[in-house]
Amino acid sequence: MTEIFGVPTQALLGQLLIGLINGSFYALLSLGLAVIFGLLNIINFAHGAQYMLGAFCAYFLLNKAGIGYWPSLVIAPFAVGLFGMLIERTMLKQLYKLDHLYGLLLTFGLALVIQGLFRNEFGSSGLPYPIPEALSGSRNLGFMFLPNYRAWVVVASAAVCIGTWFVIEKTKLGSYLRAATENPALVQAFGVNVPRMITLTYGFGVALAALAGVMAAPIYQVNPLMGADMIIVVFAVVVIGGMGSIMGSILTGFGLGVIEGLTKVFYPEASNTVIFIIMAIVLMFKPAGLFGAQK
Amino acid sequence: MKHERIAFGLMVAFFVLAPLALYPVFLMKVMCFALFACAFNLLIGFGGLLSFGHAMFLGTAGYAAAYSAKLWGFPPELAILLATGAAALLGVVTGLLAIRRQGIYFAMITLALAQMIYFFYVQAPFTGGEDGIQAVPRGKLFGLIDLSNIWAMYGTVLAVFVSGFLLIYRVVHSPFGQVLKAIRENEPRAISLGYDTVRYKFLAYVLSATLAGLAGGTKALVFQLASLTDVHWTMSGEVVLMTLLGGLGTVFGPVVGALAVVTMENYLAQLGAWVTVTQGAIFVLCVLSFRRGVIGEIARLIRRPL
Repeated sequence: MTEIFGVPTQALLGQLLIGLINGSFYALLSLGLAVIFGLLNIINFAHGAQYMLGAFCAYFLLNKAGIGYWPSLVIAPFAVGLFGMLIERTMLKQLYKLDHLYGLLLTFGLALVIQGLFRNEFGSSGLPYPIPEALSGSRNLGFMFLPNYRAWVVVASAAVCIGTWFVIEKTKLGSYLRAATENPALVQAFGVNVPRMITLTYGFGVALAALAGVMAAPIYQVNPLMGADMIIVVFAVVVIGGMGSIMGSILTGFGLGVIEGLTKVFYPEASNTVIFIIMAIVLMFKPAGLFGAQK
Repeated sequence: MKHERIAFGLMVAFFVLAPLALYPVFLMKVMCFALFACAFNLLIGFGGLLSFGHAMFLGTAGYAAAYSAKLWGFPPELAILLATGAAALLGVVTGLLAIRRQGIYFAMITLALAQMIYFFYVQAPFTGGEDGIQAVPRGKLFGLIDLSNIWAMYGTVLAVFVSGFLLIYRVVHSPFGQVLKAIRENEPRAISLGYDTVRYKFLAYVLSATLAGLAGGTKALVFQLASLTDVHWTMSGEVVLMTLLGGLGTVFGPVVGALAVVTMENYLAQLGAWVTVTQGAIFVLCVLSFRRGVIGEIARLIRRPL
């Protein structure tokens, strides 16, 4: 068996793949946070809870209505996104004139309520969600076995991330969005309905979280607390990348997932903390984050 | 400042007389959390910095006190001193990193750093993992007063709490505290007046960490236990809730908030995750329609700062 730095190649590649999958979720979630932050100036603490809601939505669709994975991939983000827009309309909207910290506190409270309610109902153990039939099994790449579903997750989330980047950076719709991020009052004066844009943007960011949740369901199981610790890691990812750039948050997400995976091979004790340690180092040398601009 | 003296007198009288009607252990818990929340409020209420990782100071101090008292046989005063020092040191290290960013980033960074500390304690052998450090001896204060007597312990906690509270009051009303408020209101202007705002914020952060450590060390001796609960992010959230509910930036608010939150947890403890749901709901209500908090509303009614 071949070895790299004293580690069997298969173990290394296996962890690299797991890292890439975690990275897919980090990228999707930090992308959603960045999109929301750009326009609303709010850090959405409920992002982890909304990710969990996406997974539960898929679980309910399957077990109560017999609707499988593929339709869920569309229905769950849509439903959770609508729920997010309702929150924005009824609650977040009242806070835009206040210190941005209140938005953080409100969404933190919402996360506690949502996670608490689901924990009351479903306990803390995971509920299984099957891998869709079309993607079960795995293929032999010669040097390792690649489970089809995991390959799909990496490819799909990369496609969604790049699609989002394209829409925001390269289309007319995206240019409105970027303009409203810079100066909402001026964009409003040009006749663009900025409040509606804000609502839709929040809904879209939330939908991204829910989409990540549906894709995570077959891998991590469906658990009321699946988003609670995840969101803190994603915050660290966001601090490392800086929220100035869409592509920055995508690259940081995937990159940190891979680094975390590699840490599991070479120094497993640090695998939980490596992202936070990287955050500390980045703060020392580049406080604005790798892709951010200091405001 | 007459009304503040009256309020202070009422507060001390409450904690002196309350053991006649309420469990002393419950009240000691309230006082430890009240000091914790006051320390936290020093940072958010007067410095405008929202830390979402204050549990790391409470928990670190708890482990330091419990470990030194149990395994090294430290007397209680030294154990608490060591705990406070450990929290201060952690405050210096994390402060140097976190203070580089402001606002929302500051909150995220402190949360992430606290999570790192949490994972460290989960893995470190000396913390006892899920079990924590149990059966910590309370020992004899100054070699004289046996703290296993509940009233001796109660008196000690009361003394620690009141001294910590007075220290914070003094800091808030000192020139240092005034500069902090100026930074909170308008940092660029404070900079233009020649203040090194980063140094002021850093000092406030370390001071807040130190006093949170004092609370944590005392709490470990009261409950004879140091555990992961005190380092977890939920604890960081709880102290935010206490301060928000009592009134951000008020002197007495965190004490009222701590009393309310600890009472609520006591009554709802059997109901499992409903505690979390209730806490979350209070967060939402406070942010949407009760931003001044209990003491903030009272202060507005009597038109005087409290």
